[in-house]
Amino acid sequence: MTPPAPLCLRCCTSAGCLASGAAELREALQRTVSRLELADRVEIRGVGCLGPCSQGALLAVDPDGVIFAGVRAEDAAGLIAALVHRSVLEATDGQWRPLAWTPATGERLDTRRPFFAHQRRVVLENCGLIDPERIEAAIERGAYDQLRRAVQDLSPVQVVETIRCSGLRGRGGAGYPTGLKWATVAKMPGDHKVVVCNADEGDPGAFMDRSVLEGDPHRVLEGMAIAAFAVGASRGFLYIRAEYTLAISNLRRAIEQANRHRLLGQSLFDSGFDFSVELRVGAGAYVCGEETALIHSIEGKRGTPRPRPPYPAEQGVGGLPTLINNVETFANVVPILREGADWYAAIGTTSSKGTKVFSLTGHVRWGGLLEVPMGTSLSMIVEEMGGGAPEGFTIKAVQTGGPSGGCVPASELDTAVDYASLQALGTIMGSGGMVVMDHTTDMVGIAAFFMEFCRDESCGKCVPCRAGTVQLHGLLQKHLAGDATAEDLAQLEALCHMVKDTSLCGLGQSAPKPVLSTLRFFRDEYVARLKPVAAPSTGVAP
Amino acid sequence: MPGVPSACSADSGAEVGGEIAAEKEQSFEALESILRQHQRSPASLIEVLNLAQETYRYLSDDLLRHVARNLELPFSQVFGTASFYHLFCFKAPARHSCTVCTGTACSVIGADRLVEALEQELGIRLGRSKADGSIGLGSVRCLGTCGAAPLVVIDGLVAKQQTVASVLEAVRSLRL
Repeated sequence: MTPPAPLCLRCCTSAGCLASGAAELREALQRTVSRLELADRVEIRGVGCLGPCSQGALLAVDPDGVIFAGVRAEDAAGLIAALVHRSVLEATDGQWRPLAWTPATGERLDTRRPFFAHQRRVVLENCGLIDPERIEAAIERGAYDQLRRAVQDLSPVQVVETIRCSGLRGRGGAGYPTGLKWATVAKMPGDHKVVVCNADEGDPGAFMDRSVLEGDPHRVLEGMAIAAFAVGASRGFLYIRAEYTLAISNLRRAIEQANRHRLLGQSLFDSGFDFSVELRVGAGAYVCGEETALIHSIEGKRGTPRPRPPYPAEQGVGGLPTLINNVETFANVVPILREGADWYAAIGTTSSKGTKVFSLTGHVRWGGLLEVPMGTSLSMIVEEMGGGAPEGFTIKAVQTGGPSGGCVPASELDTAVDYASLQALGTIMGSGGMVVMDHTTDMVGIAAFFMEFCRDESCGKCVPCRAGTVQLHGLLQKHLAGDATAEDLAQLEALCHMVKDTSLCGLGQSAPKPVLSTLRFFRDEYVARLKPVAAPSTGVAP
Repeated sequence: MPGVPSACSADSGAEVGGEIAAEKEQSFEALESILRQHQRSPASLIEVLNLAQETYRYLSDDLLRHVARNLELPFSQVFGTASFYHLFCFKAPARHSCTVCTGTACSVIGADRLVEALEQELGIRLGRSKADGSIGLGSVRCLGTCGAAPLVVIDGLVAKQQTVASVLEAVRSLRL
């Protein structure tokens, strides 16, 4: 008789599910399994994000491959009993049967539903499968194989060329061609260069990078190491925002494990290549997502940006040539090297290759983390995969790109998502935050919300941003209060262009975008709030 | 999950006199290993400040001076850098903390109502602490767990899908 297939219960231990009691659930499962002495037959595995965070706590059961939503610690005993019962039946007649169980207050998720079926997981291929706390689990899934291959079999030029041919563009927001950036840093003279991973994911409503770092930290570390080999760097920094406590602890552990396994550190794979990674934790400053501000922060200074050029490729951390990429960009490196540039370039659109991870939130039935090929339409993501707005509500707009982006109106949801199409709509791809807004949402209020955010986060170095965001916020408040005149509206618009054109860094340059984009598509809401012009007196009392 | 940091307000409420006096006596020994690890490099300032706040709850004047001396930086630069970042506090925080997430997803879904109700319940404005130092009401711009919006963090524990009723109940159960 063949031994029964190994049972594995994958508990999502990402921050989203932790807020839904995932830690208690995992503990209860572990307790039940050890009480029944089933530890050698049932594996309880903590994993990264399983996807639909709004439905947490999530639990996947293998080998069935089913996912349960809304599972609570109280459900643990029932689930284990159902698993035992099934294995008893199977032992008697040798017949495998699907698991007959649902959580008391939760549900079994059909993995054929659009949220799962339309995904293409490249960046997230291991996320939700492996235990991010164990490097062995990552290695089993091939972690550090591509780094080994690069160091032993490829030249730095070949690696850069592969990335260039793949068409990968920066996933942090600006979409700069990654291969070109790598080639620029690689060409810089000098023996000391630096690689920086920007994990200062500050856009409110965005959590792609957090999920990748929590669920598969070695993927990012390997990507950084491959980049370091390609550009000739030996020192790496991973700059992460302090709010991401779980990602920080998973990364600390991952770096320590990789060092111990000699997958990071001195003379890797017995070559002359050294690469070490240091974690740098931010202290709450949105502007530090801007690359020159981030460099200052790594150097222990105020996180203010500086004019470019010189670009970080020339002068970055400590004045050394520095390559800065975002978490998701680095997470794409391993599959590109493994499957080849052509494979990657075949996914997506002409101008935007590969997949993109989005975090879908707001007024949507199925919120969470998803990865789709570039070129997928917004309506597919929001209406199909996200299930649209809750009962009785309709979608009014989708906000992309955070405070640096804009609102796409419902009428434009057929747009295929790529860098160019979103730019044409006055917004940006950004890092991948997507906030759905239903018909009750006040668009002037949303514009004021983002302006308040930018005003608070402006570093104060340049005048257009420091004073401009204050003025813009004041004008928006005037609109909200119904005190604005047509001249105020005109001034709002003019000031937006001034701040956009004259600010020093990306924060100021894009701060007016939410206003401009809502003015473009929802101008009537601004006009409707204007102070009524006193009607000419007719001499008749009302 | 470890406590989620939240932005510190300029006015962190009542100073607890006894604690400040006690800290004067300290030599901030807990910082010695991180200072040594970074060879007292000025570039480690933020790392050191993060650990300092984690250990001593807030960055007192003496603590900042200690860091300045050890990293051989002017005090003005240390304070100037620390005050740039939202998460550093310069006064003793209140005993309990209630932090409402006011990120995009939470705001769209009703964080304002929570803030309003909490302000009324506690009798303090957002960003302030009660005069007796019992609780501080703060906000944070996105914890990145928007799937469970709106979120409120009470004493470091993230509570999901909050309503006015649930958040008031949670605050009342602290028995301030």
